Amino acid sequence: MLSYLFRRLLATIPVMLLVAVFVFMLLRLTPGDPAAIIAGDYASDAQIAEIRGKLGLDKPLAVQFMVWIGNMFQGDFGESFFYKKQVGELIAARLEPTLSLSLLTIFLTVCIAVPMGTLAAYRQGSWLDRGIMGFSVLGFSLPVFVIGYMLIYLFSIELGWLPVQGYQRIGDGLWGWLSRLILPSLALSVVFVAFIARMTRTSVLEVLGEDYIRTARAKGQTETRVLMRHALRNAAVPIVTVIGLSFAILIGGVVVTESVFNLPGLGLLTVEAVLARDFPTIQAVILLFSFIYVLINLAIDVSYTLLDPRIRY
Amino acid sequence: MFDTARRGLLKGAVAAMVMSLGLTVAGSAAQAETTLKVVPHSDLKILDPIWTTAYISRNHGYMIYDTLFSLDEAGNIQPQMVDTVTTSDDGLTITMTLRDGLSWHDGAPVTAADCVASIKRWGSKDAMGQKMMSFVDSLEATDDKTITFKLNSQTGLVTLALAKPSSNVPFMMPERVANTPASEQISEFIGSGPFVFKNDEWEPGTRIVYEKFADYVPRSEPASGLAGGKIAKVDRVEWLPIRDQQQAVNALKAGELDYIEGLPHDLLPLVESDENIKIVDFNPAGNQFTFRYNVLHPPFDNPKMRQALLYAFNQEDFLQAQIGNPDYYKLCKAMFGCGMPFETTAHMDGLLESNFDKARELIKEAGYDGTPIVLMHSTDLAVLTNLAPVAKDLMEAVGLNVDMQSMDWQTLVARRAKKDAPADGGWNAFITSWTAGDLFNPVAMAFLNSGCDKALFGWPCDEKIEGMRDAFARATTKEEQLKIVEDIQGAWFEYPTHIHLGQWNGPTATRSNIDGVLPTGAAVFWNIAKN
Repeated sequence: MLSYLFRRLLATIPVMLLVAVFVFMLLRLTPGDPAAIIAGDYASDAQIAEIRGKLGLDKPLAVQFMVWIGNMFQGDFGESFFYKKQVGELIAARLEPTLSLSLLTIFLTVCIAVPMGTLAAYRQGSWLDRGIMGFSVLGFSLPVFVIGYMLIYLFSIELGWLPVQGYQRIGDGLWGWLSRLILPSLALSVVFVAFIARMTRTSVLEVLGEDYIRTARAKGQTETRVLMRHALRNAAVPIVTVIGLSFAILIGGVVVTESVFNLPGLGLLTVEAVLARDFPTIQAVILLFSFIYVLINLAIDVSYTLLDPRIRY
Repeated sequence: MFDTARRGLLKGAVAAMVMSLGLTVAGSAAQAETTLKVVPHSDLKILDPIWTTAYISRNHGYMIYDTLFSLDEAGNIQPQMVDTVTTSDDGLTITMTLRDGLSWHDGAPVTAADCVASIKRWGSKDAMGQKMMSFVDSLEATDDKTITFKLNSQTGLVTLALAKPSSNVPFMMPERVANTPASEQISEFIGSGPFVFKNDEWEPGTRIVYEKFADYVPRSEPASGLAGGKIAKVDRVEWLPIRDQQQAVNALKAGELDYIEGLPHDLLPLVESDENIKIVDFNPAGNQFTFRYNVLHPPFDNPKMRQALLYAFNQEDFLQAQIGNPDYYKLCKAMFGCGMPFETTAHMDGLLESNFDKARELIKEAGYDGTPIVLMHSTDLAVLTNLAPVAKDLMEAVGLNVDMQSMDWQTLVARRAKKDAPADGGWNAFITSWTAGDLFNPVAMAFLNSGCDKALFGWPCDEKIEGMRDAFARATTKEEQLKIVEDIQGAWFEYPTHIHLGQWNGPTATRSNIDGVLPTGAAVFWNIAKN
């Protein structure tokens, strides 16, 4: 197992290098000039050229790439073109909101989706099953921002129970932190609940038709035990895979939710950096996302060995 | 044993939660100071208002820095940090004395040497500053409070330029900061203005914090425009950039925010019916939509083709398409802005009235061969999005072949700097917007600069206009300046550099307990009280 982990971690190096080259080239080939943006709308050509020189953007691409990679190996992600702050510092400040939102959303999703999907499978064809599947279709179909605005209208504007927007760090008060995350997590979890509940239902349905389930029932096991210990556990591999990938998506791709609820997370940082052509920030954030994807995939693979004793590495 | 440990753990967890909630309450109590929560028109990224012309950096400048002179509500120049100003009989020596009690945020007194360094840095960067400095033989601090300008010829530009209200504003900085080359950003943010920038509380992209500067000594005159006493009436101002304007409105309605600087016109109905919200306008002079030609390439290298558009266009179509609500726009043929000090409609008769016959006649005279005109269309700035399609329609109505290319604003910004032919990635025209403070005279108006390679993108090149701008800079009386402005509008008709497409105002929404928003042209936060 340890040698497997080592090999997998080693394999991340070429993956990250490929991502680095790809991101670097993509940014340089995209229209848009950070120097012109920094200089402002009414700066002269000379002012723009001067800024381009200061940022090192006038050097050949190969030189720019080598400087960046060289600095990266020394743990220096560079300085944001705009904020004049270290990119590492900017990312660190945005990690807490993103992790908080992602963890709370996954927690809500798992708590709701897995029982829903299991129940739907157990009561296949019943009104309960149809109701859950109907909810899934609705959850898939409704854009997150629509759900977000509906929740805000109801709970923030009409009832005044929860704040409309913003983020408060957990260190500044638990309720302040939680109250600002409830609505975005709920809005975001709808689509994931829909997805994972459907996945769970399909997976559990497959397992419920297996011989060992019939055997368990024949041995006189209670239905709860059959479902929880035999069906759900054996159906867990695809469910865990989807939950893991959902978490990865949440870390990097909740831009709309962060935008609607004004949460200063990594998704919003990425969009702002892309719009401003803040190359050092975009490069660092995308590399971070790639690394997180690789790690989550590894964690998912490792979790298979815990769920299915037949899987060995 | 296990139960005891678990109970202990539970108790600890509950205690931590209670303490955490308690801390929140205590924190709220400690915040009895008044905090104004503001959604600025964009995020503040660059903190050096001399390095960039971005309006958000200018507004940041007004928070923490002060100026030697300012324009009052009527557009008159008034001293701000300056106490007295005297001009020698021959008009070649100007002496300014700083007023008493001025200090930097670190407690050091403001000296004339600080101001001299600040003027020099600004004067090397800003177009109007460069023009002003071309009249200056020497600029020195003759003592701690006296700034002396020795001029090479008479000009009325010195105080006018030092009172420049918009980017780049000549903000005063400590000498050690102002000695930073203008090609580099400053790294210390200490001013002598009414608010102190809290660098330690700055969360890029999320929160920018200012605190009232307790030692600020405001002028005794009442606040008027950017002039008069800058009295901070709130203890703290927080800028909270929110990308989603609908959400900003929701937060304003819920009382989480106090002020939205740039409310989109289409969201007005959401707040107009709310008695807890009021609409104000800190920029009554407004803004001007502007069509910019690129004179380097056909067909706009021919002045007749440019004149054709002066006849083909009309302001109403643009304003109606983009703003829609007539309460927020006005037709204004005056190139230097209606309601501004140099407002005149001289030489504007018959223009901007969609006289298609006249436009077609000029196009024919110019010998236009049907070459596609690349019109860049910005799609992501809501305030510009609808303008290019209107221009395209009007241009096609007079027989022009328009290739409207849609792109995001930053791509447009990068592309407009290219001098290549339109077919090779260059451009022929685009539309933007200026705030009136940037247009108020021929030297400040950057699109009028016709200095060829020294001019802004579009690169107009006309000695006559440049000569008149110089003459304006040399003029010492308002009457003289007005006469030159009229002549410039005539020269502009002969050699059009851009087209003004009408004046518009952007609403600002505040909670109804917010008072004292001044008509300044820039979002400033002194004089604003939260009742």
